[in-house]
This record gives sequence, structure tokens and C-alpha cells, in this order.
Amino acid sequence: MSVTTRDARPLLEVKGLRMHFPITEGLVTRKLVGEVKAVDGIDFTVRRGETLGLVGESGCGKTTTGRCILRLERPTGGEILYDGVDIAKMERKDLLALRRRIQVIFQDPYSSLNPRMKVGDILSEPMKVHGIEPDAGRRTARVRDLLSVCGLNQRFADRYPHEMSGGQRQRVGIARALALNPEFIVCDEAVSALDVSIQAQVVNLLEDLREQFGLTYLFIAHDLSVVRHLCQRVAVMYLGRIVEMADSDELFGNPMHPYTQALLAAVPVPDPSVEMHRSFRPVQGEVPSPINPPSGCVFHPRCAIAVAGCKETRPELRELRPGHFVACSEVG
Amino acid sequence: MPPLLEVRDLHTEFRTGAGIVRAVDGISYSVDPGETVAIVGESGSGKSVSALSVMRLIPDPPGRIVSGEILFAGRDVMQLTEEEMREVRGGDIGMVFQEPMTSLNPVLTIGRQITETLEQHRGMDRAAAHQRAIELLGLVGISDAARRLKQYPHQLSGGMRQRIMIAIALACDPKLIIADEPTTALDVTIQAQILELMKDLTRRLNVALIIITHNLGVVARYANRVNVMYAGRLVESGAAAEVYHNPRHPYTMALLRSVPRLDRPRQERLDPVEGQPPDLTRLDAGCSFRPRCRFAVETCAVMRPPLEQAGAPGHLAACFQSAVVGLETGAAA
Repeated sequence: MSVTTRDARPLLEVKGLRMHFPITEGLVTRKLVGEVKAVDGIDFTVRRGETLGLVGESGCGKTTTGRCILRLERPTGGEILYDGVDIAKMERKDLLALRRRIQVIFQDPYSSLNPRMKVGDILSEPMKVHGIEPDAGRRTARVRDLLSVCGLNQRFADRYPHEMSGGQRQRVGIARALALNPEFIVCDEAVSALDVSIQAQVVNLLEDLREQFGLTYLFIAHDLSVVRHLCQRVAVMYLGRIVEMADSDELFGNPMHPYTQALLAAVPVPDPSVEMHRSFRPVQGEVPSPINPPSGCVFHPRCAIAVAGCKETRPELRELRPGHFVACSEVG
Repeated sequence: MPPLLEVRDLHTEFRTGAGIVRAVDGISYSVDPGETVAIVGESGSGKSVSALSVMRLIPDPPGRIVSGEILFAGRDVMQLTEEEMREVRGGDIGMVFQEPMTSLNPVLTIGRQITETLEQHRGMDRAAAHQRAIELLGLVGISDAARRLKQYPHQLSGGMRQRIMIAIALACDPKLIIADEPTTALDVTIQAQILELMKDLTRRLNVALIIITHNLGVVARYANRVNVMYAGRLVESGAAAEVYHNPRHPYTMALLRSVPRLDRPRQERLDPVEGQPPDLTRLDAGCSFRPRCRFAVETCAVMRPPLEQAGAPGHLAACFQSAVVGLETGAAA
């Protein structure tokens, strides 16, 4: 079973995080004409040893949030306290040390592995960059270890990514993330591109590694059933904001925000007898543009229970039950 | 009543650098008028090729329909000329593909793409076709039709583009729609909108639907019958409820057990299908699921199990051990 060490101080603390991308016009004199509010003021924490799920649909800002934590983007506002240190404004030269502690697994193992490098080189590269295991022999031994903990035969070290299946490639992506012995891994849709039968293998591997190495994950995904399986806590994002956050059992057992409810209802259950008796009305409309998000509560144009006030004021996250936060003025 | 579509012993192969890939290796299935049949399987299982073969949309080279019969509404599709085939595609058989951005023409307006179909297949004049296009947009839930018809595909969202694809597929009152992963590229709330729309329209207009998907939940909600494919072959076929509750092929059983479910208590651990799918260029004489199968016996290495009745009438499975599998799944149910 998963480890939930309830440490006094969280490993990661995100406060008022904002990532607004500028939209410019003109080739010579770039004029600012607007902003994409990809992430618009979110707060959450991740405890040591915990897996926090970040779910939502395309454009909700979940990937951008992950990229800010990895400092692949420099946030335009807010704080990211990693182990007590604000990394949001850290300079480029100071980031190298951070990269050893925070790693990433990407969605697409086809485009995130260098096709010209053998798997062995892909796995030793981060060790070279960070100057750990300078001895070539020990590096090779470490590559063998990494392959083995990720369930790959050692002869894969001499293969190229194109000689492997999608599931095997994703295992290489995971082994690469582990190469530097990180504490924290951002899994950005890490199992979404895999076939159903392979997906379960990789989910189990991620769980095993979490226990074996005491890892902490930020698990970004849109597949709610995988998120429920893998995460202790879940935050639901919509249009750059967190609309609901709770322990996994609580969130899936007692969803309170109308958007979370709509999201859960939209997932068909793989059981014809259940589906035969389940009727639901899909939530209407589509996600509005983050360039010009709706006023007040960003979900109000699609919300079945919206009242006049929802257009005016942006609802803040309120703790309606212990550890269960909801940003909706109409529930609770 | 005779089936609307009957596919008999279809073989489709692709010549690749690594050898010949038997993408579809002798499959037979049928679709009745008005029913929804799902073809489910993983990447490379041949599910798309099996449906594209029906439309004779296999790029040649490298692909080729080697043998088999495809009877649609009493006509042998394999005997039709290319000219006649064009009449069938988009006429009696509509198509909806995964990525509407690549299947819509980016330089033509939405309106033109719908009216073109109507003028081509139904000989309508411009005015009549325009009128029908407005009707069709209403049917697929797009308001403000007059404005939308003047727009180009890139000006629409993914969900909206898929609605347009459905409108085009429905334009000529087809008898059958083939939808290849129609919602895989869409978000879950939009997926629900599109699938509910397709279900509603196919029922209302009595159109048969072949839905190709890897999503077991989508099959459970929308299909009357399901065909499960593995490595180019049909391994199990039957009424959706029957196949889900009483699977007779080890692959189907393992696949259903491997997915986490929101309607059940959280499992300690997922139960994956171990191993990897086979290399299609190197299939041997035996059952291709054998290396991953815990029910395998000696016979499985020697010959391929034929698709035979297993369990209830109409329920077929290609497994020598289907009775043993049935005992286990029956006990679990």
C-alpha cells in the first residue's frame, strides 16, 4: 500500500501561482495585445511521499503548472516553495542543482527520447551532465540497475528507441527520470499514450518505484480512473484555476463542484449493465478561451446551478469538509 | 432480415521493410440494420484496417485486400468499380475519423464541404444543398448555422469539427456510419457530448454504426455488439453484455480486468496483461496470444483456434480453452 507520510512541512508548496503568456502583434515592434492566462492563481501543497493528481481537460493549465514546477517556464507570479526554498524566481544558473531533485516523465515516449541515441546513452547522459558516477564502468552498472528496476532486459541498453514498443519506451523514460535519484517526479500524462493492457503494467511500476525510492509524484492526467487509482489527493483544474481539491476517496466519493460532477459523469464505466441504467446529460458547451475567460466563476457559462452572483465574483477555495476544498458559492 | 453488412474471411496485408504484415488475417463479422457494433482492440490489432477495408480505403501500395468477401446491402463491394465505390463512400456509408482537422479540407468552408457531398451524391442544386446543410447543422446541435457555414475548419474547436464530420457523414441518409476512434482526440466532457449525439442520431434515423475504439467504457455504453481483435484476428464476438460479463477468451478477460473502474472500490493493485503484443511480421502457426496467456496448452502452439460458439448463442470465441476460461469468469460473476 502507498506511503502517506504526513510530514509537518510539505515538500512542495505552491502559492498564488500565475503563468500568463503574452500575445504580441507586429514583427518589428512587438505590441502586447493580450495575455493567455494559462494558470491564474492556484495554491496547493504536496507532502513527502504523496501522489497528488492534477486533472482537467485540455487548456486547463495542468501541464503549464507542471512546467512551472520543473522551471521549464518562469512563472509570472506567485511562489513555488520546494523544500522551503522559493524556486519560482531562481536564476538559470542555480537551476542545475534543482534538476537533480525534480525530474519529469513525459506523455509521449516517441518524441521525448532522442532517436539517435542508444538507450544506454540516454540513461547515462543525465549522470554525465550532473557529474555523478564519473567512472564509466560504474555508470554502465547503474544503467543496468535502472533498466532492471524498470522491468527491462539489460540488452535494451544497446538498442535504439525505434526498436522498442511504446510500453518499453515509456519504461526507458521512467528509468531516465530515476537516473539522478530524484525526490520528486512530475508525471505529465505518463500513461495516456499507452495501450490499455500496457497501461496497467506501467501504473504498477510507478507505484512500486514510489515505495522503493520514497518518491513524491505530481501526477498530471485526464484519465480519472487512473488518477483515482494512483493518487492520494486530487486537484481538479478548470481554465487556469483549481475548482476542487480533496483526498482521492473523498473527491471521487463525494464530488461537490458542478464541474467535477460533470467530469465524473462523462466517464463511461466498462460495464454494459451499469451503463444501460445510467442516464446523464453531458455538460453543455465547450471550454472558453483562456485569453478572455468569463468573469466571476470561470465555469458559470456551462454550469447547471449558476446564479446571477456567479458572474460577478470569483469564488475562492473554501474548506467545506475537513481537507475538502471547493471553489463554488452555491454548494456546501 | 439479412445483415446490412457481411464481411467474410477478410485478409488485408501491408508490405513493409520488415516483411509482410497481415494486419487483418481472416476475419468475418456482420452488422444488422440500425445496430451499433464496436470493434475494440489495441494499436496494431487491425481494428481500423478491418473497417477501412469495407470502404476499400486501404492505400495500395503498401496495403492490399488479399481475399475475402464484403457484402453491403446485398452488393459485393469487392466487385464494384472505383466509380461505383465513390458513390458508396459518403453516400450509403458515412465516415467519421479520429482527427477531424486532417479529414476536413482546410481551404474550403464548412458549408462548401457539406454541399459538395450533397451535390455529388444526391444531385442537388446549390440552393437545395445549402438549405439541407443548415438542416444538418441543426441536427448535430450547432446553432447559428448560417454563420458557421461560412467558416473554415481552423476557426472551429475540436468538438465542433467533429460535429461537422458527423453532419457530413449523415448528409446523404446513409445506412451505415463507420466511426474510427471518433472521440479519442477530444476531452472527456466533449467526448460525452459527441457520443450521446451519435447514439441519439443513429437511433432516430435508424443508421447502423461501426465504432472503432480502444475505450472499454465507450463500448459498454454505446454498443449492442462487440468484436474484440488481437493481432489481426477476431478473438471474441458477441452481445456486449455477454462478452463483458462472461468473456470466453483470455485476452478479453485480461483486458477487462486490467482497467481501473470508477464504480468499484479502489483496488490495491492493477491486474495488467503481462508481456507485449506480438511482432506482426513474425507470427507463427499457433495462437498469437499464447505467449501472454496463462491458459495456454500444447495445441495452442500448433494451430490457430477457430472462432467458434462459446457460451450463449451468438457468442463466439477463438480459444481452445474457452470452456476453462468460462468456468473462471462464470465463477467470478
